[in-house]
Amino acid sequence: MTGREAGAGRRGRSRAVTALLLAPTSAWYLLLLVVPLLLLLVFSFGARAPEGGYAPALLLDNYLALPTRATAFVNTLWLAAGGTVLCLLVGYPLAYYLATRAGSKRTLLLVLVVVPFWTSFLIRTYAWITILGNTGIPAILDSLGLGRVVLINTPAAVLIGIVYNYLPLMVFPLYISLERLDKRLLEASKDLGAGRLATFRQVTLPLTSAGLLSGAILVFIPIMGEYVIPALLGGGKVFFVGNALVDLFLQSRNWPLGSALAIVLILVILTAVTFYLRVGSRAGIQREVSIL
Amino acid sequence: MTAVPSPQRAAAPHAALDRAGPWVDRVFRAQATLIYLFLYVPIGLVVLFSFNAGEHTGELRGVSARWYSYALNDRFAMGALQNSFVVGIWTSLLATSLGTIAALALQRATPRVRAIFDAMTYVAIIIPGIVIGIATLIFFVNIFGFVNPWLDFVWKTAGLGTPPVIGKGLHTVIAAHVLFTMAIVMVLVRTRLAGMDRTLTEASFDLFATPFRTFTQVTLPQLRPAIIAGALLAFTFSFDDFVIANFVAGPGQPTLPMYVFNSIRRGITPEINAIASMVLAVTVTALIVVGLIFRRQARQAGERSQVPVAMGIAEDA
Repeated sequence: MTGREAGAGRRGRSRAVTALLLAPTSAWYLLLLVVPLLLLLVFSFGARAPEGGYAPALLLDNYLALPTRATAFVNTLWLAAGGTVLCLLVGYPLAYYLATRAGSKRTLLLVLVVVPFWTSFLIRTYAWITILGNTGIPAILDSLGLGRVVLINTPAAVLIGIVYNYLPLMVFPLYISLERLDKRLLEASKDLGAGRLATFRQVTLPLTSAGLLSGAILVFIPIMGEYVIPALLGGGKVFFVGNALVDLFLQSRNWPLGSALAIVLILVILTAVTFYLRVGSRAGIQREVSIL
Repeated sequence: MTAVPSPQRAAAPHAALDRAGPWVDRVFRAQATLIYLFLYVPIGLVVLFSFNAGEHTGELRGVSARWYSYALNDRFAMGALQNSFVVGIWTSLLATSLGTIAALALQRATPRVRAIFDAMTYVAIIIPGIVIGIATLIFFVNIFGFVNPWLDFVWKTAGLGTPPVIGKGLHTVIAAHVLFTMAIVMVLVRTRLAGMDRTLTEASFDLFATPFRTFTQVTLPQLRPAIIAGALLAFTFSFDDFVIANFVAGPGQPTLPMYVFNSIRRGITPEINAIASMVLAVTVTALIVVGLIFRRQARQAGERSQVPVAMGIAEDA
């Protein structure tokens, strides 16, 4: 065997080992991601079987019937957008506050932002049922003579739940971009006679726009697929696409219509991400936060 | 404890941001205090009401631990808890090992293979849990619809008696959870690999270490924070997930979040608060332990705190 053949053999073996190591992950992706998504696409053109589920067909009926579910889409979109803006308004000052603290205090405060995020999502949402329920804040307001208000099962309750659950996802990328900010630029701005507000508007804000955008997308996307918050705090009155999907798949068992709805949801999310990447590359995002 | 500002001092590029003026700083501080209250008061109330002696969550009627003993003796709650542990541990083990192995193998793969994997990982992460739940439900139902008649046929022709029936169960929940968590582990480990000091590996080879020794003594220790963080994230996600489990769990085998969700739907009792408080206690203890481990490691290595990495915020600093 010549040296070259031995080298080729080794390379061949090494390629086989690589393939073998990638096999389980590939199988998972193929069987539980690619094939299911393709099935979802096929189902979305099908018909509902008489007993529920799927019957083979090639129809556009499901897509044409989607306007009947428009309310779910409208609710999802405006509450996701509103929730993102609220998270931003609450999160930016907090991130700024964190970035201006000294070392050890800063770490503690950062950890305190993350800890709730690691506790059960369901429990965190559940906590608000009692607070916003009729024996909670409304009862307190009533006893103070401020009149009766209803909070639970309103869009406001859903928004509170959203901000409560997703705030850390907004604060972290903002904090990281503020921390990485080249402080010499701020000094330069001050030296050139700019006031605090002008410095913030013309230096800090543009330079942290990458973090701002990351935070917005990190919050916006999971809210688009939200189910638990509207189910518990919206009480069937404020429902999202996610709630419509659970109904269509588990209760009324109209799988084809549900599939069409899911396909449209995926398309909306992909559009949002593509938009983010476009704008992001212009804003000079260097994959700041790569996870969550 | 801010340093005295002087005109001559040039700010280090990555020093802490200068505070705004005292008045503005006070506003920031007040706002931050309010946010921390907003974050912690609801959780505190859940724990407070778990000690309620009364029947209803909202009205405090004296302090008692009755709901704790009620929860601990609730067969359904404890069964659900056990299911969640089984699902969480299996998910964590599978996702961490498969994700780490794949991340390492991808280093040696061709750019094309890497691009395909990146695309899949990206899709697995951005697709909402609810869509993963639906898609895997459809897939499993179809597979079972295909496999079960076949098993029936084989068993009947071979005269083996009652044929086995494969259905939804904890295994389907684990399979669905691994899809998402495996992708997360892969991202974490790959980020770490990208930031790793290659000269160390080269030095190890120069010192005649075998590839295996290089891997166990150089690569693996550097990857450890990412792997631990991945394992924890996988467990937490799985233990906490309601949406996916709701679609693919078998009948009569709910996970803890499913049990809690369904109980809330039936009406809220302090039992849920007791269960929630116990889960919170376990989570917070685990977080503290992990935080301490990372801090000690970071101190030993004399590097920056790894806590942010452990918390799932990958910094490519």
